[in-house]
Amino acid sequence: MKYKDEFRNKHEIRKYVDRIGEKAADRSISLMEVCGTHTMAISHYGIRNMMPEYLRLISGPGCPVCVTPNSYIDHAIALAKLDDVIITTFGDMMRVPGSTSSLEHVRSNGADIKIVYSAMNAVEIAEANPLKTVVFLGVGFETTAPTIAASIKVADECKIKNYYVLSAHKVMPPAMESLVLNKKIGIDGFICPGHVSTVIGSLPYSFLAEKYNKACVISGFEPVDICASILMLVEQVTDGNPRIEIQYKRAVKPEGNPAALKMMYDVFEPCDSEWRGIGLIKESGLKIKNEYKGFDAYDAIEVETEPLKELNGCICGDVLQGLKFPYECGLFKTVCTPENPVGACMVSSEGTCAAYYRYENNWT
Amino acid sequence: MCLAVPMKLIQFEGVNGVVESDGVIMDVNIMLIEEPKIGDYLIIHAGFAIQKLDEKEALETINLFKELRDESE
Ligand code: SF4
Repeated sequence: MKYKDEFRNKHEIRKYVDRIGEKAADRSISLMEVCGTHTMAISHYGIRNMMPEYLRLISGPGCPVCVTPNSYIDHAIALAKLDDVIITTFGDMMRVPGSTSSLEHVRSNGADIKIVYSAMNAVEIAEANPLKTVVFLGVGFETTAPTIAASIKVADECKIKNYYVLSAHKVMPPAMESLVLNKKIGIDGFICPGHVSTVIGSLPYSFLAEKYNKACVISGFEPVDICASILMLVEQVTDGNPRIEIQYKRAVKPEGNPAALKMMYDVFEPCDSEWRGIGLIKESGLKIKNEYKGFDAYDAIEVETEPLKELNGCICGDVLQGLKFPYECGLFKTVCTPENPVGACMVSSEGTCAAYYRYENNWT
Repeated sequence: MCLAVPMKLIQFEGVNGVVESDGVIMDVNIMLIEEPKIGDYLIIHAGFAIQKLDEKEALETINLFKELRDESE
């Protein structure tokens, strides 16, 4: 990657960490990162342990795979079991547990499930298999949703009638609001997601500062970026001047990417959506608009799903809200490992439990 | 899952672009980018370019790091 060395320079990291340490906070400060890629980077580079006593870094809902609820996985599994259906999906979804099974499991029993890199590949599969029903599992935040919207538009233009999307897309700001409203968590500021923000820009977060007095900095993903962002956040908190700032200026404009936003809202509209562990959050999801209803797998394909069941012993729901750390789960590392994951937070490579398992060995 | 990497646009026709980074060459869709130009660094996610990398800003951020280092030394 370009400029990689500059953004990973140990001396730079040290300087920022020293600066953060010099800020004498008269109380503890809790900052939450809400993006799984940030969770991974913070764990990987050991940033949590570099921070001074007064500063607590907690992980939030993070990755779209983790927050996708059982009911959605069950729906996808039910579709996969139908004759003449091809399920297309990003690879991370394969091992996520539903109520009693996973996509990986039903594939080993003969279901036709193909892993794709891009939603456009799914459209190509539909075009090449006109007698099959091809369903793409639309999972992802605002980073991903415009690319899925684009696939629907292209399918529409090319008159591909056997392509459907099962949308579980989610948008970040309403989820951040619900985390702020949960007093048990006690967040002072957010390390705002970098790539979500390349699309939505900085404006959609401003209510967090204005209405709730939360510090907000949109951060890049390299360790120097993250340390710089933490310093900016600590300054906002200690100066009593919460606002939204962009540290990741090389990729994020205040207005985001208008072309991507237009694509997203041409095809999708907001809807209430369920997040694993958090529950239903108003206007936090994206559903396919009426105009493109023909591509909506929920409407077009009737299917019966199995009764909903939650996993015994897994505390993913609390981990996703920053209420508990992975090592507070009785199954962590003993029963639940990346090879044999029990919950979604361990399955996803960007899940909080997976990040702690791989990089943070200092839990007690 | 929101992993995205900057890659350099080396060729394009219509919405189909070819990007390169560290010798890896990939086809990407560039329909979400306004006025793409050869040599642009694009942020690639799920087969699409989702934003242009602003080189001027990248350099400014790096200079900011350097300033901080010089100040503290
Ligand atoms: S360690 Fe495993 S079982 Fe425990 S919360 Fe994390 S994913 Fe769930």
